Amino acid sequence: MISSNTRKYTVVSLLVNGVSHDVMIRSADTLLYTLREQLGLTGAKYACGNGDCGACTVLVNGKPMHSCLTLAIESINDEITTIESMKHSDIRSAFVANWAIQCGYCTPGFILNCHALVNEHPDADDEIIEEWLKSNLCRCTGYQEIKDAVKSVLEANKLKAKENSNLAQ
Amino acid sequence: MQKEFRKTVGTAEQRIDAVEKSTGNVKYLGDKLITGMLHAKVATSTEAHARIKSIDTNEAWKVPGVRAIVTGDTFPFPIGPILADRPPIAFDKVRYYGEPVAIIVADYPYQAKQAASKIVVKYEKLPVVNSVEQAFQEDAPIIHEQLGQYTKIIDNVYPVPGTNIASHIKIRKGQFGQAWATCKDTITATYSFNLSDHAAMETRSATVEINPDGRVIVHSTSQSPFTIKKILNQFFNIEVGKVIVHIPMLGGAFGGKGAVQLEPLAYLASSAVGGKLVKLQYEREEDMMTAPCHIGFNATVKLGVNEEGKLLAGQYTFLIEAGAYSDQAAGITRAAALDCTGPYHIPNVWCDSYCMYTNHPYATSFRGYGHPELTFAIERTMDQLAKQLNVDPIEFRLLNAIKPGHSTPTQSVLTENNIGDTAKCMIRAKELIEWNGNQTTVTENGKIRAKGVSLFWKTSTTSTNAQAGAVLLFEPDGTVKLSCAAVEIGQGTKTILAQIAAERLKMNMKDIHVTMEVNTQYNPHQWRTVASSTTFLAGNAVLAAADDAIRQLKKIGAVALQCSENDLEVGNSRVYLRSKPTYGIDIKTICLGYKYPNGHTVGGQIIGTGVHVQRQLTEMDKDTGFGDPGPWWSVGAQAVEIEWDEQNYTYEILKAITVMDGGTIINPMTATQQMRGGIFLGLSIASGESFEFNDKGVIQNPDFRTYQLMRFGEQPKEYIVEFVETPNEDGPFGARGIGEYGVIGAASALANSLSSATKTELNKLPLTPELIWQTREVGQ
Repeated sequence: MISSNTRKYTVVSLLVNGVSHDVMIRSADTLLYTLREQLGLTGAKYACGNGDCGACTVLVNGKPMHSCLTLAIESINDEITTIESMKHSDIRSAFVANWAIQCGYCTPGFILNCHALVNEHPDADDEIIEEWLKSNLCRCTGYQEIKDAVKSVLEANKLKAKENSNLAQ
Repeated sequence: MQKEFRKTVGTAEQRIDAVEKSTGNVKYLGDKLITGMLHAKVATSTEAHARIKSIDTNEAWKVPGVRAIVTGDTFPFPIGPILADRPPIAFDKVRYYGEPVAIIVADYPYQAKQAASKIVVKYEKLPVVNSVEQAFQEDAPIIHEQLGQYTKIIDNVYPVPGTNIASHIKIRKGQFGQAWATCKDTITATYSFNLSDHAAMETRSATVEINPDGRVIVHSTSQSPFTIKKILNQFFNIEVGKVIVHIPMLGGAFGGKGAVQLEPLAYLASSAVGGKLVKLQYEREEDMMTAPCHIGFNATVKLGVNEEGKLLAGQYTFLIEAGAYSDQAAGITRAAALDCTGPYHIPNVWCDSYCMYTNHPYATSFRGYGHPELTFAIERTMDQLAKQLNVDPIEFRLLNAIKPGHSTPTQSVLTENNIGDTAKCMIRAKELIEWNGNQTTVTENGKIRAKGVSLFWKTSTTSTNAQAGAVLLFEPDGTVKLSCAAVEIGQGTKTILAQIAAERLKMNMKDIHVTMEVNTQYNPHQWRTVASSTTFLAGNAVLAAADDAIRQLKKIGAVALQCSENDLEVGNSRVYLRSKPTYGIDIKTICLGYKYPNGHTVGGQIIGTGVHVQRQLTEMDKDTGFGDPGPWWSVGAQAVEIEWDEQNYTYEILKAITVMDGGTIINPMTATQQMRGGIFLGLSIASGESFEFNDKGVIQNPDFRTYQLMRFGEQPKEYIVEFVETPNEDGPFGARGIGEYGVIGAASALANSLSSATKTELNKLPLTPELIWQTREVGQ
């Protein structure tokens, strides 16, 4: 929603992590810049500014997006999810449990991408996992631990689904 | 509740930084947002080698929000960590494409960037030195005309005026010439690769604010907080005590954040706006082109053996590409020389290691500090010589592996304590890779499988007085605050130090609270967080601090328990009688002093302090290299199995194995993380990473789209990491350093496996399908 518009700045509301916030943006401001500078949500990181590394990944209507390639103004009708709302997610715990974090700079982007992945593809095989996670770069881990984290959540979800269907019968 | 101490050293304790990293709560430098902070941007050179005729800032000043523009004439003095050869902002000349020529300070980053694009520099072009080989030619254009006049910051640097040689390090051990003449078989081979990038996910940044009282407050993404103080003191004449450096956790470093580049720029920027807080943050392209990168390398290796296949003589000529300025490349030139043989016993050694200027971005330390590079050359030569001798390459390595009793190229004597078990690592790696004697096999779908191995070694080349301090401050509840200046760059060092403190104090590790950020005003001195030195130096300092605290606890405990200090033990957060452990007192009741029933109090806060400094290291002799340059040598073996497709020259990495002897392993999981991540980084560089330069010396791939980092799915299908733990008497609980080591043998193991698969000697990097095709089909 656009609340006011001047020659230089526009006031819009953004729906972030379930809460609506008024932000003042220039038309050229990226979603990444606005989330960080206006809302203090610094979990999404700048690393390439070019959509090549995924460190800036947020979820837009549940889908992973490079917030460095998205304009804030484009996002006014969207539901945005950032790492700050993922404290209780299974995939976040799985990253910790599987030693998938070293410097931690790529971690928020990876976690959001992985979160969307396990939601969209509960039966994801290696090929799908690779296809999804190729968009994110990690310089520290060697990816094995990240793969382990994703697989552990997929497995756990499958077990849960099985238990639920058993209960339903 | 009595908390029972359990052993923590050797246990896979969860990293203390993992949770806050997973929730996005960690504040890296770029996340510390301050309203009113000004933003700096560099305008950079569009020529690789040129004289600056004029700089026109008029148009830039017209951009709204611009507060200052700084050019090289503001501070026309060269600075540097080893040889002072680099003006912070180009002055008179530019020596690489991307070099800062001006800094613009503005209210917002976009304004500064806009203004930077409007700086107009007129250049008089000079011939470009576009390769390290060209730089070494006698008639090469000279990049530093004043080479003879630069100040040496450390002793072991030997520039050759009138050439592009920033330093020439010599090793002369035994009688190389005579020995070479008696060798039964010899080999000579040459290796090379270009500059490449650290590519830490977090780009470099720094903020500086100058207080009216003269204090300079720096926040930086640096591995070297105390070096920043030193540089601002040495070159900018600021009292050491007035420079306060803050380092948050870093988003990866890999050696690239050991160099001091942005801080002086941000200092000059802040000075230009009356000391206001100014931030300089590099975008990715600047981080790749303007900030220091990974060295390029050219090596010629000559090895000779006797009748039994034992190495008699080795000659090594290294051209280390420093790029435009020597920075840490001058130190790498020395480090590569002093370990030039790799972990092999060679009685006669002749090495010339040259630090070479070119008109490329300048290089600095990179994880391994010259060793991944020299190991590529050594281990490829070992494979080729084994083939020539018709012996198994692993047997050949085992026959020549270095052992206690042998000496290094600088004639340091190796002992059971200061070197790990090279042969044991090799034998275990051989089992794990299921070695079948260099045989290749063909899979059902026609692909060729091959294996390659590599040994590696490295000492920790620190300054001879490198040191770290630690302070343990007891809190009212008996827990401990551990203060030290080790930088958390992702390696898990804070977790390791907490484990070391907990083990010695026999406390629960959760009761040790480590200062995660570094503040030079509060933390004791630490040399740097580089050279795989922190577990050893800071770890020993923590032990000393713990012993100091234990002495104090016993002293006050003796008062409270009315006995002799000698009768007491410390453990489980208590001080108690050794002979009657149930008789004791909780640390929390004495660690801020012991209060008698009438209120009188004796003692006070327990503050344990400790320092560890390198022992008996020496500079290397100028003419022979003779000296003791490092405290110990960690060693290991790596092996890689690949599957190569002869149809299109692509390949997959099936297995990546590391067996490392780093002494006692404090935390097996963080150590495994380092080894996996290390071999991954090495394989990424070796398989795809290289700066590509056009004929004008301009990088053609300065971003993550065109500069090929290994992506998810391209990593080895399987990583195997094991440790051999030959303890080091001098290390904390027997530990040596391990941080850099995983990367060292990766390129050589990969190149050896691909050379086997393709039946072609692959002596260049990166091993792209195209390079393999060129080498095999075109023969170069």
